[in-house]
Amino acid sequence: MAKRAAPEVNAGSMADIAFLLLIFFLVTTTIESDTGINRKLPPKFDERIKPPIIKQKNLFTVIVSKDNQLLVEEEPMELKDLREATIAFLDNNGDGKCAYCKGKKDEDLSAHPNKAVISVQNSRETNYASYIAIQNELIAAYNFLRNREAQRLFGESYLSIVQKWKDAESDEEKEEWDKKREEIKKMFPEKISESEAKE
Amino acid sequence: MSKFKKGGGKELPAISTASLPDIVFMLLFFFMVATVMRENTLLIDNKLPYADQVEKLESRSAVMYIYAGKPGEGYKKFGTEAKVQLNDKLVSNLTEIQTFVQENRNKVGETQVGKLLAALKVDKNTNMGLIGDVKEQLREVNQLKINYATLNGDPTKKK
Repeated sequence: MAKRAAPEVNAGSMADIAFLLLIFFLVTTTIESDTGINRKLPPKFDERIKPPIIKQKNLFTVIVSKDNQLLVEEEPMELKDLREATIAFLDNNGDGKCAYCKGKKDEDLSAHPNKAVISVQNSRETNYASYIAIQNELIAAYNFLRNREAQRLFGESYLSIVQKWKDAESDEEKEEWDKKREEIKKMFPEKISESEAKE
Repeated sequence: MSKFKKGGGKELPAISTASLPDIVFMLLFFFMVATVMRENTLLIDNKLPYADQVEKLESRSAVMYIYAGKPGEGYKKFGTEAKVQLNDKLVSNLTEIQTFVQENRNKVGETQVGKLLAALKVDKNTNMGLIGDVKEQLREVNQLKINYATLNGDPTKKK
């Protein structure tokens, strides 16, 4: 028998098949958003525990009315100014005992970041988008201060420390980043209380 | 002399399309990898709000999604009020959230219960009253880790 070259397989339709599959996946793809704001709800209310008494100056009241108007410490405010105001409140250092604060030591604002509590009140008719926008600004204020301290102590932003803590592979590494993270968190603990405003 | 002279009247050779399948396959693989099949069919409008201080969800496995919003186009028979959707159906009685959480706890197994996260995917035009009620139900079953799903963007800009 004479040797014969194997006939070539016609691959012309391969492109068509691949296109078909490609179009299928293009249509079914939804690039899901997997980002969001993490929060922790307070545990169920216990009658036996008395709520701690908080001095007026350590309390930062943010009220969102039912027509989405912002009321901060009983003064109307624009959303864009909320971040600055929150930073000023947290970083105020009223009693002068906070070595890392850079605030103005205002009499009417918080004594120490440890004592500062933000109270967010919203009405039932408040729009979800404005609620999220306000949460976002408050978190931004905390992140700003935490970043500043992390930058000073470790030469790195707080968010990158958190990221490295999440990505750490070995246990020792994780512990090391966790320690740094906790240290910064302790400087500016997040204390946001939420309630539904009574009309 | 005529060594470089072109043969007169010769047609241009056809462009080879042999590499076309390769290119298409490359795209195909990209989309196959990037695709996440939707787990639930949404019966409600679900336009998420914007925020820029966002975190990425750590693991997909220990997340349960709670959707809320107004019934979407074609589902107006469910009314015009914002509703909560769990799995594939709308719920009118919010206490069903408690059973939903229990179901998910059983599903993920005992070791993961502490990591279980409730992701709230809420339409931006929903009233906070409904969200408050949902949060109340979650507190009732001690599901305290929650996440407000948002898109990454500037929240201050108007829609």
